[in-house]
Amino acid sequence: MSQSPATNEFQSTVWTEDQPIVSVRDVHKSFGSLEVLKGISLDVMKREVICVIGPSGSGKSTFIRCINALTTIDQGSIKVKGQEVHDPKLDRLELRKKVGIVFQQFNLFPHKTALQNVMMAPIHVLKQDKKEVEGRAYQLLKKVRLEGKEHAYPGELSGGQQQRVAIARSLAMNPDIMLFDEVTSALDPETVKEVLLTINQLVEDGMTCILVTHEMGFAREVADHIYFTDRGVIVEHGPPATFFKEAKDPRTKEFLSQIL
Amino acid sequence: MSRRPVLHSASSDLPVLMAPRGLPHRAPVHERFTGLPMVRLEARHGLGLLLLFLVASGVAQAQVPPENPSIIASVIRWAPLLLSGFVFNLAISFIAMAGGTIVGAFLGIAQISLLPPVRKGSWFATQFFRNAPWLVLLFFVMFLLPFQFRIGGFTIPFPDWVKATLGLALPVMANVSEIVRGAIQSIPSGQWEASESLAFTRRQTLWMIILPQCIKRMMPPWMNLYSILTMGTVLASVVGVNEMLTLTQQALAAENRAALLVPFYAFDLVVFFIYCYPIARSTVYLERRYAVKI
Repeated sequence: MSQSPATNEFQSTVWTEDQPIVSVRDVHKSFGSLEVLKGISLDVMKREVICVIGPSGSGKSTFIRCINALTTIDQGSIKVKGQEVHDPKLDRLELRKKVGIVFQQFNLFPHKTALQNVMMAPIHVLKQDKKEVEGRAYQLLKKVRLEGKEHAYPGELSGGQQQRVAIARSLAMNPDIMLFDEVTSALDPETVKEVLLTINQLVEDGMTCILVTHEMGFAREVADHIYFTDRGVIVEHGPPATFFKEAKDPRTKEFLSQIL
Repeated sequence: MSRRPVLHSASSDLPVLMAPRGLPHRAPVHERFTGLPMVRLEARHGLGLLLLFLVASGVAQAQVPPENPSIIASVIRWAPLLLSGFVFNLAISFIAMAGGTIVGAFLGIAQISLLPPVRKGSWFATQFFRNAPWLVLLFFVMFLLPFQFRIGGFTIPFPDWVKATLGLALPVMANVSEIVRGAIQSIPSGQWEASESLAFTRRQTLWMIILPQCIKRMMPPWMNLYSILTMGTVLASVVGVNEMLTLTQQALAAENRAALLVPFYAFDLVVFFIYCYPIARSTVYLERRYAVKI
């Protein structure tokens, strides 16, 4: 990608707030003979919200999953808080404590209640005090407006409610960065709104967010920067105000004309 | 605004939907296919057996010379002994099932190990014992193991029934191993991903997230296996264990009346049916209740 700020290379693993919290350089990824990512580079500063949009199969989901090492990359570099993710010696568990992810299919633990879903990781991974975690879990569920649903099992909740539990579950780990992988794509139009509202709350709280989304209106509203990907490359990017009005690349124009 | 269709399937050729490497990500398999064929006992089978017993008794009765005791009376006279043999069958089935389940569960978990030697070794053991005839395994254990062990100055006896139990536990172990592996792999890969992304270790994921969800899926095939094992315990008679079938043969030898043959064996069948039928029913019930929605 030609327009990325390529000057911001850093060697040290000591990260300071003036450096990008996520720094992606020339990332390549293939599944067999199919090259899904063909050199993706971008930077995300702390408290920044970026949206990745693009047609299906353009590698958006693969890209976002690379950031917390759910998918390994073949080439290039991804640094999260100065820590190289593309490193065989990487402590994945440490990385994942810093980076939360919310999936399209929610992936809640069906044998646990909403409250238990939120409490599990802090208790068993961060070894925090159960009483304290419980108090925080109640607060988080209140924050995603699920008061009264604490003891419901995922099967008893609607898609939108499940997705909000999933967001609360990720937040319980106190991550520095939140990844959202098409979180509203499996929801019906009415419930999309309540999930977007919750994400909007996070953005207002200053959470660093990377969203893969098909909700253009929402992207325009919350994003500081929008990246348009197609066939494994970033075709065009910019702040939403200019991106939506003055798209230059024909592929972007075509995509936007179909969506908007 | 256009919406994309929701893709629920994990078996897609689209790279973005592929599960990450190192995770079991086979498409969910209905657990019934991982175990043995279902025992589909129905009440009418029991009625059939009872009818067989009564008709056989009746026919036999008609041929009885007047000075001999009646067929039903003979069966009733021998019933306590035969039932004590049946209790022995149950004891063998309990112990073989318990042992086979414990070892088989670990073998099943080993089958999804990330270490190739562990994974391949446990796979081989599972396949070997799963595809061996039970009777052959029984003979093997019988003649391979000594009748007693000598450790230090102590002599530990190793009676036939223990060896028979061990021989029956081996195929149980292998089948439980497959049930466990199948259940683990039928859990959607999203569960692994979610738990991994919350920084759970692989071991924590398995014990806290995956296995608790497997219990329900494993219950019906496990009970089915138990039912089959119970019926298989009579194989122990071939190697001389004093269980129901052996005692039936001895009783028949003692009576020395050909007319008693069919009623006695029919009695055995009825007893086994009364025990196995409720298990088969509840298996079907649980299977329906826990049916995996695909």
